[in-house]
Amino acid sequence: MTTTTDVAPARVAHRARNARPVRRLDSVFVLAMVLLLAFQVQGPIRRALSVPVMQNWMTVFVAVVVQALPFLVLGVLLSALLAVFVPPSFFTRALPSRPAMAVPVAGMAGAVLPGCECASVPVAGALVRRGVTPAAALAFLLSAPAINPVVLTATAVAFPGNPRMVLARFAASLLVACTMGWLWQRLGRTEWLRPPAHPSFDGLSKPAAFWGSVRHDVMHAGGFLVGGAMAAATLKAVVPASWLHAAAGNPVVSILALGVLAVLLSICSEADAFVAASLSQFSLTARLAFLVVGPMIDLKLFGMQAATFGRGFALRFAPVTFALAVAASALAGVVLL
Amino acid sequence: MSRQAQAVLMLLVGGAVLRASLTDLYLRYVKVGLRPLLLTAGIILVIAAAATVWYDWRRPRATRDGQSGRGQHGGHGHREPRVSWLLLLPLFALILVAPPALDSYSAMRAGTALQRPFGFPTLPAGDPVQLSVLNYAGRAVYDHGRSLGDRPVKVTGFVAFDSGGTPYLVRMLLNCCAADAQPVKIGLTGQVPPVLQPDTWLEVVGTYTTEQARDPVNNGAIPFIDVRQARPVPAPPDPYETWGS
Repeated sequence: MTTTTDVAPARVAHRARNARPVRRLDSVFVLAMVLLLAFQVQGPIRRALSVPVMQNWMTVFVAVVVQALPFLVLGVLLSALLAVFVPPSFFTRALPSRPAMAVPVAGMAGAVLPGCECASVPVAGALVRRGVTPAAALAFLLSAPAINPVVLTATAVAFPGNPRMVLARFAASLLVACTMGWLWQRLGRTEWLRPPAHPSFDGLSKPAAFWGSVRHDVMHAGGFLVGGAMAAATLKAVVPASWLHAAAGNPVVSILALGVLAVLLSICSEADAFVAASLSQFSLTARLAFLVVGPMIDLKLFGMQAATFGRGFALRFAPVTFALAVAASALAGVVLL
Repeated sequence: MSRQAQAVLMLLVGGAVLRASLTDLYLRYVKVGLRPLLLTAGIILVIAAAATVWYDWRRPRATRDGQSGRGQHGGHGHREPRVSWLLLLPLFALILVAPPALDSYSAMRAGTALQRPFGFPTLPAGDPVQLSVLNYAGRAVYDHGRSLGDRPVKVTGFVAFDSGGTPYLVRMLLNCCAADAQPVKIGLTGQVPPVLQPDTWLEVVGTYTTEQARDPVNNGAIPFIDVRQARPVPAPPDPYETWGS
């Protein structure tokens, strides 16, 4: 605390000497004030939060953030490594030059990133900035959280009686990822993909550029992760579970209902199979929709995609991904389950 | 948000994560297996904070002058978005409030997550034999108590009541984090203590009974246990059970 309070007045004085107009409050100063204030009023805050529904909300909120943070940091490190230490020429050699061929190759490459969706967003962002065809990077973004060995093993463990569930999840997810890649190649426009300006680290030493990229991505994606976690905790704490059971009767409604539930709950793709397994009043196809939609689009992912690729992109990309994922699950359910 | 403010925030978030994973606090929110990853993430955040301060300090004075990350450097109009301020919320939640593990409120809102276990291995030695709530419930419902016989078993969980006032012994099952936690419930019958508070942790010794109920939320089967003895115990460090326990 002492360092922050020392820095703030020094900076203000420094600015004043240079006769720069100070329009905004210095953020270190604001941060110090907010922290001090929070410690001052912690008693009343704790009392206000002691009702069961608020405690439940807080626990789920903290749990989503704490659980996703290591994977986010992992993805951010990987993305900074790609951005700083891997030359762009590596990707042009590794991927087929024809975008139509690069999409399935990138989709399959998703199988080697052993993490959940929080790690794949920053990595895909780095791929685009390194000159990889956006279509291929998007296929990677969608397939990586769903078809990696960790997630497929968890699916097999959660559905001991239905080994075909693993195959159906793999096939449907890869199908959606490649279709989205090809769709982007045919219909996508570059101006939709307007990533919020990423600071350029040209002219900096490699370690400086590396840590600059880590800082930028953690602050960016971390903030949106918190927003998504708040939304997910609100839904979990407010919507009664009995609503779902009304939807289980109709086969079409049940697929849609579990697709929407996957979006709202924002569960990590390494854990969603166990939740799907417990929704036993739903058909296997509906539960497959839950497993295919969840890793591709949910509330916290939407926030992170908007942070990485721009809001205009996320608003177009999310509904198409959702529709395709539901359709592919229904198809895989009919053919494989 | 200026670079210095970002460094302070990363340091505080990293520190809070480290503190939570060095104590048992993290067990309220995530599974045990995530601890090494949490420690790594905390350390990386602290290093990133230190690196931010270090490189900011080393930057030539001309570019550092007065812009403090507001992005006038090199004619590059970049500024960290306001959304970064949201990172203050989990920080406050972790260090000021530290919300408790999921309790009877969440347990009774969700249906029992009991599923058919892989098999029913012979009970380990011990009198009474210590079993997890999930293990007892699986044997009672799907093996009809055959592998339990009339041996006394000891299970630990917290107390929750349904709307009709029936007491249950509950453990939440966790796969990854508390957002995917689901309850497994055992109904209490026999010599149940006359006064029970919800969320009290109980160690129950009892035997198998054929009595069963249906969970009103998802119509799942809830077995009962014939209680012989029940005593309050402190909450265990890890309040959750995992599949396979």
